[in-house]
Amino acid sequence: MTNWKTPLRGLAPLACLMAGPAFAQEAAEAAEPAALEAGIAAATDTAFILNTLLFLIGGFLVFWMAAGFAMLEAGLVRSKNVAMQCMKNVALFSLAGIMYYLIGYNLMYPLGNWSIGSDETGGYIGAFGVAVMEAVGIGRDAADDYGYAATSGDFFFQLMFAATTASIVSGTLAERIKLWPFLIFTIVLTGLIYPIQASWKWGGGFLDSQWGFLDFAGSTVVHSVGGWAALAGALVLGARAGKFKDGRVIPMPGSNLALATLGTFILWMGWFGFNGASQLAMGTVGDVADIGRIFANTNAAAAGGAVAALVFTQLLYKKPDITMVLNGALAGLVSITAEPLTPTLGAATLIGAVGGVIVVFAVPMLDRMKIDDVVGAIPVHLFCGIWGTIAVLFTNPDATLAGQIVPIVIVGVFTFVVSLVVWMVLKAVMGIRVGEEAEVTGLDMAELGMEAYPDFTPS
Amino acid sequence: MRAVEPRRHKGTDVKLIIATIKPFKLEEVREALTSQGVRGMMVTEIKGFGSQSGHTEIYRGAEYAVNFVPKVKLEIVVPEGLAEQVVATIARTARTDKIGDGKIFVLDVESALRVRTGEINDDAL
Repeated sequence: MTNWKTPLRGLAPLACLMAGPAFAQEAAEAAEPAALEAGIAAATDTAFILNTLLFLIGGFLVFWMAAGFAMLEAGLVRSKNVAMQCMKNVALFSLAGIMYYLIGYNLMYPLGNWSIGSDETGGYIGAFGVAVMEAVGIGRDAADDYGYAATSGDFFFQLMFAATTASIVSGTLAERIKLWPFLIFTIVLTGLIYPIQASWKWGGGFLDSQWGFLDFAGSTVVHSVGGWAALAGALVLGARAGKFKDGRVIPMPGSNLALATLGTFILWMGWFGFNGASQLAMGTVGDVADIGRIFANTNAAAAGGAVAALVFTQLLYKKPDITMVLNGALAGLVSITAEPLTPTLGAATLIGAVGGVIVVFAVPMLDRMKIDDVVGAIPVHLFCGIWGTIAVLFTNPDATLAGQIVPIVIVGVFTFVVSLVVWMVLKAVMGIRVGEEAEVTGLDMAELGMEAYPDFTPS
Repeated sequence: MRAVEPRRHKGTDVKLIIATIKPFKLEEVREALTSQGVRGMMVTEIKGFGSQSGHTEIYRGAEYAVNFVPKVKLEIVVPEGLAEQVVATIARTARTDKIGDGKIFVLDVESALRVRTGEINDDAL
């Protein structure tokens, strides 16, 4: 907590001056309670302001990750599918924001008003209702949680996390999924699946209260959830036409590796907000120093993941693979997300490096299993999300083995099973895959009637 | 007696030269040709293979065969008198003595027309 006595000591002589020297002693003592209160209020105001500021800054940094996902995916799909990939990213992001407002926010943060369960015995299903911010121009008395931050900032920040979860799914299922069924899945994911499992941890639900689960910024809550949903979708959707032929894996190189690289750097930058602002406070010396730690560790993990992928693809394939190095950096970022605060810089680098190694082996492994993940989202977000959650045990003494593993499994089963059901229902009701001819022509022309690059390309 | 008409139409004076060359040779070839009086050419980026076989690369752990090699195709229409010289010039400037240097073909052009003025055959060039 801030030392509020410092401003107070400074105010006391001022009170003496105003009261006149004869009554200095009495005046000072009479002024102390009022000055004390003013001092406390100023300091608490400052903490409220800085906490809210952290959410605003963190919020638009995580927002920027949407651009990162869009460019990464656009760069890794073939030219004929670029416009569609961009469309999916813009649409899912917008829908996520609306669903989070309509249902998600209060489902995720019932603030004790659980529909099923309670804070003490374990919360399971949160509250239903649209998100409501504080009124315009509040004073400190009207703040929903004066000791914390403005609801508006909190809502804005948390909504970006829901949108990030949805973004993860679009990369895996690219180049053969129909637009509208995908968007309907997004609505279910951001309105129900994500908020419910997130409430179990961040909303004070049973994973938090009964299991002592630690997931600082969401290796499990965000990244593995996106990964499980993507995996379920990939299984129901099937591989791209021509991807697996006669027991061989047919590469389909991306259209623009420069965009993919830009997208990765954008994600890397946004992640400083993703992890940093998850400190949820910036009003004290300790908090802001912690946020600095988080930024530095986040960067270290990304670097570790990228270098690990660089070295391993060089060793395995005689030539390093830029797309794998990009995946490696993201793998490092996902791996550190569960605990970006407690590790040392060295530990963070190693945790990220392990993530990088995981993706280098996981990408071809998925191919061998005939699971077609266009951008490597399942290795990056699901596998490294699990690794990152386990890695908390190595640097945070408050973590327990059961307290990490069991929630991983619970969230995994819940997300995977519900996602699988939704995908299967969508497939039965409206079909989720475009026709064969549309897939060959490209989704841009078939589904959108336009091309990303319609001119003859200049050389 | 069968009358064999010699093909002396104006059109036979025009030849189409199709040449495939390595892309980095384009500027050199263009400069050499224009200095010889060639006033126009068409250039296309193509992929192809001949005796220069492909090779394999790896993308995200999966091997794929690169069967086609990028080349540049030149299409040059010249009066018959210039054709041999053009072929020799291209061959000389495009050669690297390594496989994949390309090929040059000469075809007869039945007729040619300049769109702006309507001039035909030799006058169209």
